[in-house]
Amino acid sequence: MQLGRAFALAKKDWKRIFREPAFLFMIILFPVMLTVAFGTSFGAVGGSRATSFNLGMVALGGNSTSETEFYHDMQATGALKVTSYPDNGTAQSALSQGELQAVILLPAGFDKTVESFKANPTEPSKWANSTLSMYLERGSALTAQVIPAIASQVLDQEILGAKPTVQAFPVSISAPFQVAAKESSVFQSFAPGLFAFASIYMIMTVAQSFTGDRENGLLRRILVTPTTSTDIVMGSVITYLVIGLFQALLVFACVYALGYAPIGGPAALLVGFVIITVFALCNIGFGLITAAIAKSAGAATGISFVFLMPQLFLGTFVGSALSSTAQAAGRFLPAYYVTDALTSLWTRGAAVTSTSVLTDVAAVSVSSVVILLVGIQVFKRFGKS
Amino acid sequence: MQREIGQATTAIDIEGLTKDYGDVRAVDGLTLSIPYAEVFGLLGPNGSGKTTTINCLTGILNPTCGTIRVGGFDVRTQGEEARRIMGVSPQETAVYQYLTGKENVKLFGELYSVSKGTLGPRVDYVLEKVGLLEESGRRVGKYSGGMKRIVSIAMALVTDPKIVLLDEPTVGMDPQARRSVWDFVSELRDKGKTIVLTTHYMEEAAELCDEVGVIDHGRLIALGSPTDLKEKYHAHDLEDVFIQLTGRRIREET
Repeated sequence: MQLGRAFALAKKDWKRIFREPAFLFMIILFPVMLTVAFGTSFGAVGGSRATSFNLGMVALGGNSTSETEFYHDMQATGALKVTSYPDNGTAQSALSQGELQAVILLPAGFDKTVESFKANPTEPSKWANSTLSMYLERGSALTAQVIPAIASQVLDQEILGAKPTVQAFPVSISAPFQVAAKESSVFQSFAPGLFAFASIYMIMTVAQSFTGDRENGLLRRILVTPTTSTDIVMGSVITYLVIGLFQALLVFACVYALGYAPIGGPAALLVGFVIITVFALCNIGFGLITAAIAKSAGAATGISFVFLMPQLFLGTFVGSALSSTAQAAGRFLPAYYVTDALTSLWTRGAAVTSTSVLTDVAAVSVSSVVILLVGIQVFKRFGKS
Repeated sequence: MQREIGQATTAIDIEGLTKDYGDVRAVDGLTLSIPYAEVFGLLGPNGSGKTTTINCLTGILNPTCGTIRVGGFDVRTQGEEARRIMGVSPQETAVYQYLTGKENVKLFGELYSVSKGTLGPRVDYVLEKVGLLEESGRRVGKYSGGMKRIVSIAMALVTDPKIVLLDEPTVGMDPQARRSVWDFVSELRDKGKTIVLTTHYMEEAAELCDEVGVIDHGRLIALGSPTDLKEKYHAHDLEDVFIQLTGRRIREET
């Protein structure tokens, strides 16, 4: 193998990518469009970041003073969007259709309960007891924790007022400090998967490039020069390693502009970019296998989806929304480990030396090199003519 | 004369070359010796085995049997050495559409590891010789078919090869472009290059070739200089020679 020849071929391929619209789209414009599309769709730009719960309230005894106060106090917490319903049936219907996370029924004697307590706060025998009923959306742990706690707090305030009459207690909790936390969106969890998602399409461009050159007699023409198959493949490896890194930087710039800020330090960033770049080897390998199988550039486009789709669905951000079985299947694909490594490093802030990251790095590196070597052998054997 | 290459006394030696594609025999026991500094024309209709012979010469195809030596190097066992001294312009116009004419020619110089200092002037020289220097900054995708053929020939010649294989070099060219190529081929011959060209243009063979081999159904049916062949078969031109040898015109089968 001669590096000079490999670089000459790589230079030629770079020119192709920037001069042929189809290649330019797949390698450069597509990742940008994809990132911006997902960013805007999943909340990074212009998306709602509301953390409030929808609560339905039914005052079975009509809207007396206490019911009205309770309604306003619940609303005033800021964590609830309270809607008043005329009857329990309507509220239950809204709950079962997912419009609400919870329904509170204020009993008919609620107003009397509050008044009796306020009149005789130290004589429980004179209180007119009543019970609030609460219906919560099943399966939402957050709802189950938050809404009863808020309701209890509001009741305390409503019944006990600003000056609690209970005995003094040596430990008290001060008014909470409100800290403006970084707002999170679905995009934050999707962002690491976008890197593998964009890179996977390299399979198609590598396959199209080789089959196109073969169809036009260019591959054969190069092979009648002193250039060897190894020079040709090495040229492609150089091309797409650089393209892989360039793509990663481009996607990173986009996700960063859309609000995704990795929490790892420089080492985490560096390792992340190395992983994405190494992943390009895997895509070159699959591209070569595709080119060896496909008889034309058109067929290569179709066949490339055989390798592209499983990685796309099981190895990128899409996988997180799939069943546990599908997610387990993803563990057989290199893209899964790229996404997992980037999530660990950049979203969870894992150390570069953590077991999880090292496992991912090893899995991506080994699988990518093996797939590339298989691709080279398959292409040399079946793909040249 | 450049007889030192591979210690060979002839530029190309083909012995008993046979190539089968399944049941079809494309080349049938071809034996041929081409001396240095000669323009050799391989004449025959389409499908006669000319291109298969060229492909075996370049090592792209493995012969079913027979041996081929180029510059003394066995194409099968010393393929890289043989390819180093050859420049090949294939039948199909294999050029990169997205590169300029100059970039295409330069790329092939780089693939032969021509030094940077030599390559630039050499690229300009070749492009000027084939009459394409002015247009060489445009992308090949914008060229006419004839111009693409010229770029393809320039790519074969950029390394100043000792042995040049031109497969149907002037197909699709206008008369002016064809004349430029003919002049350049003549100049290369005068410089001692060995050129093997396949053609079914009889006037091209008569104009350029020192010796021609007429091939039909994979067999060499006549060999000699155009003048000798015309005398031997009492023919006005090479087309008549072919008719007398095969009973049909060379382009009827194209």
